[in-house]
Amino acid sequence: MPSEFTVVRVNGVSVSVPVGTTIAVAIAIAGQPCRTSVTGEPRGPLCGMGICFECRAVVNGIPHSRTCQLLCEPDMEVRTDA
Amino acid sequence: MRSYSRERFDVLVVGGGPAGIAAAVRAAERGGHVGIVDENIALGGQIWRGGISVESHSSEASSWISQVKKADISVLSGKRVFHQPEPGTLMAEGLDDIWQLRYRNLVLATGARERFLPFPGWTLPNVTGAGGLQAMVKSGLPIRGKRVVVAGSGPLLFAVAAYLRKHGAEIPIVCEQASWKKLAWFSMTLVRHPVKIGQGLQLRKDLVGIPLAASSWPIMAHGQRVLEAVTILRGGKSETIKCDYLACGFHLVANTELPALVGCRIRNGYVQVNELQQTTVDKVYCAGEPTGIGGIELSLVEGEIAGLAATGHASEAQRLYPKRERFRRFARLLDNTFSLRAELRSLPSPDTVICRCEDVPCSRLREHRSWRAAKLQTRCGMGPCQGRVCGPATQFLFQWNPDSVRPPVFPARVEDLAAYGESIPEVTGEAK
Repeated sequence: MPSEFTVVRVNGVSVSVPVGTTIAVAIAIAGQPCRTSVTGEPRGPLCGMGICFECRAVVNGIPHSRTCQLLCEPDMEVRTDA
Repeated sequence: MRSYSRERFDVLVVGGGPAGIAAAVRAAERGGHVGIVDENIALGGQIWRGGISVESHSSEASSWISQVKKADISVLSGKRVFHQPEPGTLMAEGLDDIWQLRYRNLVLATGARERFLPFPGWTLPNVTGAGGLQAMVKSGLPIRGKRVVVAGSGPLLFAVAAYLRKHGAEIPIVCEQASWKKLAWFSMTLVRHPVKIGQGLQLRKDLVGIPLAASSWPIMAHGQRVLEAVTILRGGKSETIKCDYLACGFHLVANTELPALVGCRIRNGYVQVNELQQTTVDKVYCAGEPTGIGGIELSLVEGEIAGLAATGHASEAQRLYPKRERFRRFARLLDNTFSLRAELRSLPSPDTVICRCEDVPCSRLREHRSWRAAKLQTRCGMGPCQGRVCGPATQFLFQWNPDSVRPPVFPARVEDLAAYGESIPEVTGEAK
């Protein structure tokens, strides 16, 4: 088991995850969908490999970041409600 | 501030999965400057994806990956190729860097992705790909105690079901759309592929106690804001199963977007190559899944051949032809076994979203006769994934053919597109 944890904030709420966890997973652990579709549906990751863009969210202010391809780093700000 | 770097390669490999690794290792052994550019966090591709727990790599994977590290190979991980501004130059972007990569020889080892087919409810959170959910678990998603229905088609389903159960998930059922007859023929024919027998036996052990339904597929996913249950069809009867996740993928499709951008001829969904894995473009080779879905062993040997050929060692490459031919037989067996049944075309209802980026429902697509017309009229395939999900789906549903690929092959930042001067027209300030 990984022994170290990283804390990121998802929509302002702190989430503690093992080092090496992707942001998409942190969002799932926070119980949030990653994005809202153009007609207002909640969406979460589909492909898990950076192809489908369903996991995109705002990471440290950068919109459309594919969260399944990014690892959590200390104090990251993730917004799925932007 | 984003950094802008340039590097020149004798052999540049795009893709860090088995085919790309094998190509780079063989090329580096023969001398010259070799590089691998790969969009993932670590080498290994999808099939050799490591994880945060230590079990991670098979000995085969570790051995190849350590050969990359021992050889003098430039590895650019987390960089996605998005453009070829001119032959011999690719542009790649990372989180905060841009790369101009010049090459003498190029090996495209861009791998494959899952094929997703739309059915009512498939856009609910926690309906994922089969490999998609496995990737998420490897990236830290807690799965212990969760109920996961695994469905779709292809040998990946079994591997994923075994993996998830090993990590504590409960698998009420695996639904494979292929018939028992086809599956039986598949397992009998595996006897001809010694490497596969061992893998098959291990898998059979791992799968003990997981119910497998053939000629079975999901017809509807239920839930308010997240998946709660799935209705499957099994032996012609429907059955609703409560679950936390539906891991669903219908075999694989080749990633041919970059090869197409570079100018390689694509035939029936695969990059056309000659005996030396050379594409229709001079000095551009292709290896692994983009030339035909065949698994790790075929990818490795194709990669080796491409790496040798790209460094001018054709006669050494030729010695590997018989081995490649054995694994190509396995690829043809896969194609035949896991071909999709026509009934799956009637899965979406009129209001089922087909294009998830632009939320285009099935009813709006049926009005059109081609992918191109649908794109122009409905924006289907025009969102960030650029048709990577709905393209293969509409190809199956409506027999539409994909059209030409235009740069950038992935959404890129404007400043990254501008980074290579000649790639954008100069602004003259005069309207024409």
